Amino acid sequence: MLIKLTGGTVYDPASGVDGQQQDIYIQDGRIVDAPKDGRPVDQEYDLHGKVVMSGAIDMHTHIGGGKGNIARTLLPEDHRADPVHRTHLTRSGTGHAMPSSFVAGYRYAEMGYTACFEPAVLPINARQAHMEMGDTPIVDKGGYVMLGSDDFLLRMLTAKKDQKAINDYVAWTLNAAKGIGIKVVNAGGINAFKFNQRKLDLDEKNSHYDVTPRQILQTLARAVKELGVTHPLHVHGCNLGVPGNVDTTLNTIQGVEGLPMHLTHIQFHSYGTEGDFKFSSGAAQIAEAINNNKNITADVGQILFGQTVTASGDNMRQHANHRFASPNKWVCMDIECDAGCGVVPFKYKDQNFVNALQWAIGLEIFLLVEDPWRIFLTTDHPNGAPFTSYPHLIRLLMDRSFRNDMLATIHPEAQKMTTLASIEREYTLNEIAIMTRAGAARIIGLKDRGALAPGNFADITVYTENADRQAMFAKPDYVFKDGELVVKDGEVVKVTWGTTHIVKPDYDLSIERELKPYFDKYLTMKLGNFKISDDEISEDGRGSLTTHPLHIGV
Amino acid sequence: MTEITEVPSPFCGIGTDDLTIRVDGVTLQVAANGCAVNTPAFEQPLTDSTPRIAGQAASLEAAVTKAAQLLRDTRQPVIGGCATDVNGMRALLALADKTGAVVDNINFNAARRNLLAMQDSGWMNTTLAEVKNRCDLLLIIGTDPEVFAPRFFEHFMWNEQAMFLESTDQRDVIYLGKTPAGKAPVSPSGKTPTVLACDDADLPDVVAVLSALIRNQPLQLETVGNIAVSALQKIADRLRQARYGVVLWSAGKLTFEHAELTVQAICNIVKDINMQGTRCSGLPLGGKEGDYTANQVCGWTTGYPARVNFAKGYPEYDPFLFDSQAMIANGEADALVWVQAYNSMATPPRTDLPTIVVGRSGMQLEHEPDVFIPVGTPGIDHAGHVYRMDSVVALRLKKLRDSGLPSTAEVLNAIEQAL
Repeated sequence: MLIKLTGGTVYDPASGVDGQQQDIYIQDGRIVDAPKDGRPVDQEYDLHGKVVMSGAIDMHTHIGGGKGNIARTLLPEDHRADPVHRTHLTRSGTGHAMPSSFVAGYRYAEMGYTACFEPAVLPINARQAHMEMGDTPIVDKGGYVMLGSDDFLLRMLTAKKDQKAINDYVAWTLNAAKGIGIKVVNAGGINAFKFNQRKLDLDEKNSHYDVTPRQILQTLARAVKELGVTHPLHVHGCNLGVPGNVDTTLNTIQGVEGLPMHLTHIQFHSYGTEGDFKFSSGAAQIAEAINNNKNITADVGQILFGQTVTASGDNMRQHANHRFASPNKWVCMDIECDAGCGVVPFKYKDQNFVNALQWAIGLEIFLLVEDPWRIFLTTDHPNGAPFTSYPHLIRLLMDRSFRNDMLATIHPEAQKMTTLASIEREYTLNEIAIMTRAGAARIIGLKDRGALAPGNFADITVYTENADRQAMFAKPDYVFKDGELVVKDGEVVKVTWGTTHIVKPDYDLSIERELKPYFDKYLTMKLGNFKISDDEISEDGRGSLTTHPLHIGV
Repeated sequence: MTEITEVPSPFCGIGTDDLTIRVDGVTLQVAANGCAVNTPAFEQPLTDSTPRIAGQAASLEAAVTKAAQLLRDTRQPVIGGCATDVNGMRALLALADKTGAVVDNINFNAARRNLLAMQDSGWMNTTLAEVKNRCDLLLIIGTDPEVFAPRFFEHFMWNEQAMFLESTDQRDVIYLGKTPAGKAPVSPSGKTPTVLACDDADLPDVVAVLSALIRNQPLQLETVGNIAVSALQKIADRLRQARYGVVLWSAGKLTFEHAELTVQAICNIVKDINMQGTRCSGLPLGGKEGDYTANQVCGWTTGYPARVNFAKGYPEYDPFLFDSQAMIANGEADALVWVQAYNSMATPPRTDLPTIVVGRSGMQLEHEPDVFIPVGTPGIDHAGHVYRMDSVVALRLKKLRDSGLPSTAEVLNAIEQAL
């Protein structure tokens, strides 16, 4: 079937198209050139006056894995307030902070998103992450596999194994757990917490291993680069949420010595210690460092006010922050000599000085980082706010007077501690398209996604131009996933199943000669049973794997 | 005859995956690393493989059609048992969503003791590999892990080497409540566990006193449940001195009223020790026959653990109201689907309601149901996934033989399609 999208105003930064009126043709799931043979169009959509972008991509959202299910189980009251009815097309479920997997897929699609990436896949829990993502309809998915607090890596580093051996282990793990990138959470800190260390600075040694977080970050960043994995090492830094952590973050940027590195939810890592409350914004310094270091990318992890739940691999910091739990209940886990997790419900309040300033710090970072290709729109769902708040966040970025109106309502002392009122920048539609589409596809390493040129998969979102950007982005007119109309007027009209994006870097098989006895001696599963097979993703008849190219020597 | 190695077990809850199984046609024999729980569960002979309608042999298609017919005009069906693998639970939840059914896991009343505590105040828990490599003190409250899983101590306490202990023989084991039934908790060098036994009925008071001691609350009494408070003080001191203490309990064994408060007290002991500058973690025993699998899959599908009602067109969770046994007894249900793919002894509750049983081959039913469909057992007759006791690790179960039996998922999906 040949579909024609006629006359829309297209924002396709990957092709350098910034608001031009263009027709788009779709056939067999892909965008194609205008037919030259006079073939008739089977279906035409008149998009005059509409805004056309590729489907949005959330490059950091907690949609699959054990900590998410702990968060769900912990908060039945949050689900009760947001029941989702079954329809003739869609499954029932529940929403708000940590929605059920089906509801997450529908709501993402209804917001114009066509791909989501789970950033904290513990290798030992990767099956669960894939099973949950396998029950998340419509959107494509993928995961970043967590390393850096696993005892095997720390033993390798202590034993001064060479980079090649580390690379083999990293590549083996990526293949076994089926990820598209590597994530580090509080490098070595989750491990140190098991040895009763309650904090770990960038250059502080693990009390058992002769290893610092800086070494872990350097080694893994190098491994990712040398393996040719497109997505840079995805880093949740040390000292999350600690006043003064802006220095740690700046040190982390310098410490990686020019290697590609992605700093995630950087808002939580941009705090100074100035002012009466010893809590201040480090956004200007962080933005300057990002602007000056082209190897660095970041997503913001914006907080928005209201009830949510924080679910993180960083049990060291989550344990330290449990006293802020609201409601007052929380879970921490040590996991399988692999990692850990911590789940703490949070209620961010605009009249709380710290929360109000966190809100302002996130926005400052968005607005002060100059290159939209290197900063990404996230709330670290659900940690800063549920993903359903993205349209509101987009309005804050695109509409200065709205932003300043909101600013005027937050804690007065926080207003004094932010430069937000003086920042004039308003994001353009093209910049929004970069940070939520083209840039995201590029940084994740997605081939043929996030762009509208012929040859790309037809993941397309159509909005009605509206000065109220929140209303505009909340309810697209049409969403096409792989060329099929899945959403009309902000509601699911067809349920499809997206693919799982992975990379498969090569490794020397001899790494299993070291891993097998380690598994037999110390772990609780056989090596052969640990590795996830392809059919585990595809045997339900819905899932599939898409392997993306590596960039060896580029 | 073939021999399959590194076979994972869905039966023992501790995620054993080192079994060697000989397969001769449809006959299985555990050739290595069996135990009193796993060996009979794997070796159980295959008997019936033909579905029945009202006791008469029927084709699978006819049985599925009949099941759909029984469910079609119901107002409050209940799906009990829920003992299957991940794909089985996926299909079960899809069927429940479509029919407006209650989904209620067979072990929910036990799991509820943990869930109520967790949903009220949370916990700090650990997983089996951490226990294996770090635990230097295991405090066992109100249960005997050897009875639950015969190889628990062999696997996780007396393992030859641990990464962070010079010798696993250094570990201390304390039983609070129960007396160990066998020799498994005795260390390789012969060190016996400390045992402070009490009646189950006294366990809440004993745990409360331990909790008060850990919080340094002044206490007037000298004994509780025939246990000297001074002995409990020693436990409190040991928890504070340990490098990585682990407190183990089994919700299924806390069979007294409001046991969730005792679970909460145990979880708070763990939290308090962590707040006092020492690491400590909880370890709830459970996870047999797919009960944690049911809670996990129901968790991501509905947002709630496996006692939900879809009657209103969306999932509602109530850990008490939607007790399927009580609903059947009180006349609140109008049909029963019983799903039990692991244990042919676990039969449905006695009822005159239209009943569909999707059960392990060989299920001995006292009362012939309207429809019986024998299904394969995950990890024997088909591949699948099942969670073990820490709810973190999902095992990839293997298919060991060609029995021709359909999986739970195939049967339930077919019924849903036929509706």
